[in-house]
Amino acid sequence: MTTVYVPRDSSALGLGAERVAGAIQMEAAKRNLPIDLVRNGSHGLYWLEPLVEVATPAGRVAYGPVQPGDVAGLFDAGFLEGKAHPLCMGPTEEIPYLKNQERLTFARVGITDPVSLDDYLAHDGYRGLRNALGLDPAAIVEEVTASGLRGRGGAAFPTGIKWKTVLNTPADQKYIVCNADEGDSGTFSDRMIMEGDPFVLIEGMTIAGLAVGATQGYIYLRVEYPHAEIALNQAIEAALEAGYLGDDILGSGKRFHLEVRLGAGAYVCGEETALLESLEGKRGMVRFKPPLPAIEGLFGQPTVINNVISLASVPIILDKGGKYYADYGMGRSRGTLPLQLAGNVKRPGLIEKAFGMTLRELLYDYGGGSASGRPIRAVQVGGPLGSFMPESQFDTPLDYEAFSAIWAVLGHGGVVVFDDTVDMAKMARYAMEFCAIESCGKCTPCRIGSTRGVEVIDRIIDDQDRAKNLALLRDLGDTMLAGSLCALGGMTPYPVLSALNHFPEDFGEKSVAQVA
Amino acid sequence: MTQTEWDRDAVTEVIEQKKSMPGALLPILHGIQDRIGFIPEDAVPQIAKALNLSRAEVHGVISFYHYFRTTPPGKRTIHLCRAESCQAMNSEALEAHIKARLGIDYHETTADGAFSLEPVYCLGNCACSPSMMIGHEVHGRVTPQSFDAIINELREFAA
Ligand SMILES: Cc1cc2nc3c(=O)[nH]c(=O)nc-3n(C[C@H](O)[C@H](O)[C@H](O)COP(=O)(O)O)c2cc1C
Ligand code: SF4
Ligand code: FES
Repeated sequence: MTTVYVPRDSSALGLGAERVAGAIQMEAAKRNLPIDLVRNGSHGLYWLEPLVEVATPAGRVAYGPVQPGDVAGLFDAGFLEGKAHPLCMGPTEEIPYLKNQERLTFARVGITDPVSLDDYLAHDGYRGLRNALGLDPAAIVEEVTASGLRGRGGAAFPTGIKWKTVLNTPADQKYIVCNADEGDSGTFSDRMIMEGDPFVLIEGMTIAGLAVGATQGYIYLRVEYPHAEIALNQAIEAALEAGYLGDDILGSGKRFHLEVRLGAGAYVCGEETALLESLEGKRGMVRFKPPLPAIEGLFGQPTVINNVISLASVPIILDKGGKYYADYGMGRSRGTLPLQLAGNVKRPGLIEKAFGMTLRELLYDYGGGSASGRPIRAVQVGGPLGSFMPESQFDTPLDYEAFSAIWAVLGHGGVVVFDDTVDMAKMARYAMEFCAIESCGKCTPCRIGSTRGVEVIDRIIDDQDRAKNLALLRDLGDTMLAGSLCALGGMTPYPVLSALNHFPEDFGEKSVAQVA
Repeated sequence: MTQTEWDRDAVTEVIEQKKSMPGALLPILHGIQDRIGFIPEDAVPQIAKALNLSRAEVHGVISFYHYFRTTPPGKRTIHLCRAESCQAMNSEALEAHIKARLGIDYHETTADGAFSLEPVYCLGNCACSPSMMIGHEVHGRVTPQSFDAIINELREFAA
């Protein structure tokens, strides 16, 4: 019996993985060759998806991208023994794109059957939780603090400090909320974890519950991710059945329950306080802070709210120790960041690396340059609220501080590549319009300013009173930066003004303008 | 305004099932839209009553979220991504093709009731841009040709 792997990752499915799986099963039956078809997550090498693997005595061998029409030929070539074929990429783990990564959080993604608890356990799963059960809450928090882990959802706030606040706030009921809204364009790492290794998120949330004394967790999942919902619910059920969740976790007397809740297509609900409002059944309006959610969060109770990747990084920290994790990275950016390479790039995908690699290495060594073969002109890092970066900034190391030093943001680690056909004035307009569409409406600079901003950019594009309108646009940027309650209004100037500063020629300006 | 017929028992069932959950309103709205495809305006009083909210509050929530709709959708809804990564891969040209091909704009339904078209801001499929989602299935690296093929197949399947 040969084991064959075909991903169930939604992006791989979007490129035909389901039909490929069907074709492999049919072909195997026709030839009387018994196979065990495992639906794994994606390794994140999306230019090779659907990536089919075969288990051989020498390890897993990869073939990709496989289309249904390739299947008969693969059998003819003896792919079940890992034999040569034009689509053969050799041993999976030797593919340079994968081999050169440092996978801590994504260690199992692409390798295991995402919803098999046995497979999870066989690949070091739940070792972090077992360790955590032997520690008192303060010691768990200490381990997370020692790891240097900072929130991966965008703002990079130290996770240990957040947990400590919740631990030290007395209450009858506390909550762990996972921010699985992943609204940023160019990001898909949260989705890949939830589809490809949901147990690691469940384990991380359970450890968070033990650390702060919370017995109920919610995963607030964006409605655009139906496959993640299925995988999470399957995994939660399996964990509950085996005693890894529930009223008596592994006989410890400790309790933790978990539920998946769906969002409804509002970008601002990724903002933590808007998310809590939404979970409470209201419009996703941003709350004033203080009080912090750590003190008055969900239903007014102390709440840890963390991003998917932040929580999914906790099991390895509790397994191998905070220092092990902290030994990766540079400066105050410790550990690894799952980078997401998207847009106009030849080899798009997920690359988990220690902080510190340069953007240029990511774009060219991993990405292989643009997909169109034209020069890369601009790169937007950190989602729709991130700056556009020109070629002259490609040597910036991927590190939170190095990015903020040049008025850019690393954020969630999403990188969107544009070739030289991009019109940066149009991109600036789009960013403003996005803010207008997604604004929760609570503050004037964001609600009204963004609509006025679109009009100002339109006038600039139309060359009406250009100098005056450019000054007005910068002015508006300052007002939004200073006068917004949350980063939606407060950071929209980043894409808008960075486009203007670095690509003034697209706005009809001759010389390079001043930096904001 | 003409009133669309909808399954009142289904709505009652969803409300009864979920009303005691903490923060029940979103789960109820999802439940209703899953069952009957949209949230009928005249179901609002019933939802409000069950949760002890005002009708204005319930209406406010429905209208806040892009995903909830108050009119019946076509047989299939096409969610087309308009975000940056997809733009970098020519989603604008694809968008123009799709609108012309279906003869509708965003938030509209084809005359035969087969397809509705909605914009969406990122499907998390950015490594395979441009992207769209039909039902629960994501489609990556969509071209005008592959779009036509997908649509034709769905039409045949429906016929
Ligand atoms: C407009 C807006 C959208 C956001 N969207 C997300 C999101 O989709 N996912 C996320 O994890 N954090 C998002 N954030 C950041 C959250 O507010 C918050 O910082 C994060 O959930 C905290 O978790 P972390 O410390 O683990 O990063 C968003 C913030 C803003 C202002
Ligand atoms: S900045 Fe915009 S989204 Fe944020 S609170 Fe103000 S109005 Fe709402
Ligand atoms: S930007 Fe289109 S799928 Fe993410």
